[in-house]
Amino acid sequence: MTPAASARFRPGDRVRVRDAWPEEGGRRVHIRTPHFVRGRVGEVERVLGAFANPEDLAFGKPGLPPQPLYHVRFSQPELWPGGGRTDTLTVDIYESWLEAPR
Amino acid sequence: MTANRHKLAMHDLGGVAPFADRPIDRREHALSHFDKSVDALMYLLSHPSRRLIRVDELRRAIESLPAAKYHGLSYYEKWLQAMHDLLVEKGVLGKDEIAARLAALRAAGAKP
Amino acid sequence: MAGHHHDHIHAGDPHAPVAEHGPSPEYLLLERAVRELLVAKGVFAADDMRRQIDLTDSRNPAMGAKLVARAWTDPAFRKKLLAEPKAAAGEMGIDVSNTPELIVLENTPTRHHLVVCTLCSCYPKAILGIPPAWYKSAAYRARAVKDPRGVLAEFGTALPPEIELRVVDSTADLRYLVLPRRPAGTDGLDEAALAALVTRDSMIGVSHPLSPA
Repeated sequence: MTPAASARFRPGDRVRVRDAWPEEGGRRVHIRTPHFVRGRVGEVERVLGAFANPEDLAFGKPGLPPQPLYHVRFSQPELWPGGGRTDTLTVDIYESWLEAPR
Repeated sequence: MTANRHKLAMHDLGGVAPFADRPIDRREHALSHFDKSVDALMYLLSHPSRRLIRVDELRRAIESLPAAKYHGLSYYEKWLQAMHDLLVEKGVLGKDEIAARLAALRAAGAKP
Repeated sequence: MAGHHHDHIHAGDPHAPVAEHGPSPEYLLLERAVRELLVAKGVFAADDMRRQIDLTDSRNPAMGAKLVARAWTDPAFRKKLLAEPKAAAGEMGIDVSNTPELIVLENTPTRHHLVVCTLCSCYPKAILGIPPAWYKSAAYRARAVKDPRGVLAEFGTALPPEIELRVVDSTADLRYLVLPRRPAGTDGLDEAALAALVTRDSMIGVSHPLSPA
């Protein structure tokens, strides 16, 4: 882990997780962004630092440069029908998976 | 729901049926010597002084197992199968070499 | 493995939980073959293996409980545990070298944390040891994110509806330890007595700490 000097997002920013499905492309991939947050909007809680990209490390590549990693918090109803209104879910998500909400 | 539109990776289990409808089996399991040995093997192989297998690679190899193995093998059997596959993929051990050692152990009537 | 009772699982029931089983002879032999070949090639020594197993055996939830009890009694340590968890664990004699980054999630009167790894089995092994079988099970991984209150209920854990339940899905590079709330009626207890109340499950978030006897 190194400090994320060039993080694009800050705590409090609204972000959308890309609605991307690389596992459907027929290529071998290793994805650390759970399916149920893709396409969903959450809020950056914390910038966790920069980490080598696990999507590359998984195939023996260096995964550099390190990529900013964020805590992104979602409200449960944003993710699941019937999710508890007061309840939330936090996931660590790499910057390449995040975009500004439309 | 996205889960209905997309074919999910086998290990991407959050909210996924039929597992999301099952009770959690809360029984405690003591670790066997096998479990601890496989855990130790992975620790040694991933140690920064060797870095022969990264944890990210282990995860990828586990996710690449056939579904019957992913859901059928015990946790550390999966680890061992994945470590085996990676050691062969990276040329650390040869497939023939492993087969020969297994045959020799069987011929000697080895008890693990 | 001895001590497992499968009698309540009906054969052929598609909803029966998948039980963890002991290693098959085939995998026992494969472990030995791989280990012996790696030792023969000098990748590591047989002794390294024994030492690592000893280290694994020495790691257990009592270490996490010590951290929690110290945080309950020492405000400066609590602050350090939240700000620099690995440094704080090191201070308490826990070996956190070559282990992933750690984040401590503090439960408060208005927020309760629950940790899961939906993609595999990420767990703070340096602090708590090897995760329980249920933590690695498909049912826990599937349900903790979608039905967290149902999961808590299954563990017998009551959580008032007005308290925020925050599920943390541990996906790759960070490990999470829950700092539970100190139980009521523990004012007179010393650190060791407090640590005895801190269960593994309360540091994962599926339970509260025990109440004093």
